[in-house]
Amino acid sequence: MSVDKKTVAKIADLARIAVREDELEPLAAELNNILGWIEQLSEVNTEGVAPMTSVVEVALPWRADKVTDGGYRDEILANAPDSAHGFFTVPKVIE
Amino acid sequence: MTDLTKLTLAEARDGLAKGDFTSRELTLQHLSAMEKGRELNSFIVETTDIALDMADKADEMIKAGRGTGMTGIPIAVKDLFCTKDVHSCAASHILDGFKPKYDSTVTANLWQDGAVMLGKTNMDEFAMGSSNETSYYGPVNNPWRATKKDGSLSENNYVPGGSSGGSVAAVAGHLALAATGSDTGGSIRQPAAFAGLVGLKPTYGRCSRWGMIAFASSLDQAGPITKTVRDAAIMMESMASYDDKDSTSVNRNVPNYEHALTGDIRGLKVGIPKEYRMDGMPEEIEKLWQQGIEWMKAAGAEIIDISLPHTKYALPTYYIVAPAEASSNLARYDGVKYGLRVEGDGLSGMYKNTRAAGFGDEVKRRILIGTYVLSAGYYDAYYLKAQKIRTLIAQDFAKAYEKVDVILTPTAPSPAFAMGEKSNDPIAMYLNDVFTVPASLAGLPAISVPAGLSADALPLGLQLIGRAFDEETMLRAADVLEHAAGFTAKPKIWWGEK
Repeated sequence: MSVDKKTVAKIADLARIAVREDELEPLAAELNNILGWIEQLSEVNTEGVAPMTSVVEVALPWRADKVTDGGYRDEILANAPDSAHGFFTVPKVIE
Repeated sequence: MTDLTKLTLAEARDGLAKGDFTSRELTLQHLSAMEKGRELNSFIVETTDIALDMADKADEMIKAGRGTGMTGIPIAVKDLFCTKDVHSCAASHILDGFKPKYDSTVTANLWQDGAVMLGKTNMDEFAMGSSNETSYYGPVNNPWRATKKDGSLSENNYVPGGSSGGSVAAVAGHLALAATGSDTGGSIRQPAAFAGLVGLKPTYGRCSRWGMIAFASSLDQAGPITKTVRDAAIMMESMASYDDKDSTSVNRNVPNYEHALTGDIRGLKVGIPKEYRMDGMPEEIEKLWQQGIEWMKAAGAEIIDISLPHTKYALPTYYIVAPAEASSNLARYDGVKYGLRVEGDGLSGMYKNTRAAGFGDEVKRRILIGTYVLSAGYYDAYYLKAQKIRTLIAQDFAKAYEKVDVILTPTAPSPAFAMGEKSNDPIAMYLNDVFTVPASLAGLPAISVPAGLSADALPLGLQLIGRAFDEETMLRAADVLEHAAGFTAKPKIWWGEK
């Protein structure tokens, strides 16, 4: 499997990273280089092998479903690049 | 006054307890070494006032008889750990100006025990790199430089390894007594080997990941970078804890790791995996490994040949799993909640411009790879396949541990290399982690111990991999290995003379 310019543009869009037209070709080459190297995994027989879901054998802990945190809006907003009236701001999304 | 920066953590602890010097004196000497050592670029931020304040509090703790192993010990903190009201940016432009309102659990544990923060250390951006050349704050210089044939020191800068490059440079340059690191595929162990230090990555789940800036959540673990195995044992005990804020941290008692250092490994079964003997491995690495085997044998250990058949697939598996997790973890950097914001055409344009300007090339490369392998139509072929091979890799280790107690391997396939040497070839760079990644994928504890010098007098490390949650046996073996190797070389000081 190899990626072309169009695929790179698509995944960059999915990842929400702006990529200039002239960057697409070199990026495709770089990604193909890495993906080509990863390709060797296809020679491993994984039939009947369960995919790993947890690296250590532990059961996830249970806890009571209650509020244990919160009530510090201003601290959360303190690092926002822009905020107003106690909210994060974003560019206008409704026409 | 004697030079306190040359002490080990254990010696400093004992000196503080006896009242030979105060934490303030110890801290002041390190702060002055940091000033002289700025050329190493190991610190992004120096927290001088905080350090002195913490040192005074530590001196009070000691005076009141409430000192612990870490009380009054000046340490450096990797920029990946959130520290309250102090720059915590994982050396990325996208987190510009981020000062969290909380401490990570690991740093909170250290402060609780009275440790002193000297500053935040440089690192590869978001811990993605093996040479500390991807930091937004510039590369870190290894205190070690190669020695030329005529015996003089090379004029070139050498990489400190990565991603915890600033942390190892700070400790190897005697700017800090110890440092925190984080290890996803070798980011503690490989730089420790490159700088002649001890680097310990505990079992996955041993330390809380809460407040650590996430790279690949199923792999990330915090651990200490220190001058000796004993120091690592002392610091590990303070860093480890169960934390209900991290559901993957494990609820087990934290042992006194220092007590594990008995110096006796008679009858210990040490596994030597034949698959780590790789084509094209430099002869000096092979020789050092052989020497390590001899040292263990001489100390009474039993050497057992083992096989970890899926070793060669670990690295490509890692380069699916880690970028996949990174692509989702780094989705949070959107120009809204913290850090950089670059306006653009609408909301989507703002996201895209922010992320284009905020992430460096290596981070973008990994996000794109991760997005691709998780995207519709490719998930099974890449991500699911990789997670299945990860199971096989973990099974290889489980089978080996039916026969052995620890596994001995080299830490890295080469000593530190000159800056720029590998930065244009991602795969050559990734190969640095060929010996460290398998233990990461299996969640196992592993430690790098300085064991010798290369032909051009750069440090080389040997790695011990332990059973899950058996850091104690691993540390006991590492302590014996360290003493057998008797590594006492120090970098020749070339910095700070201008």
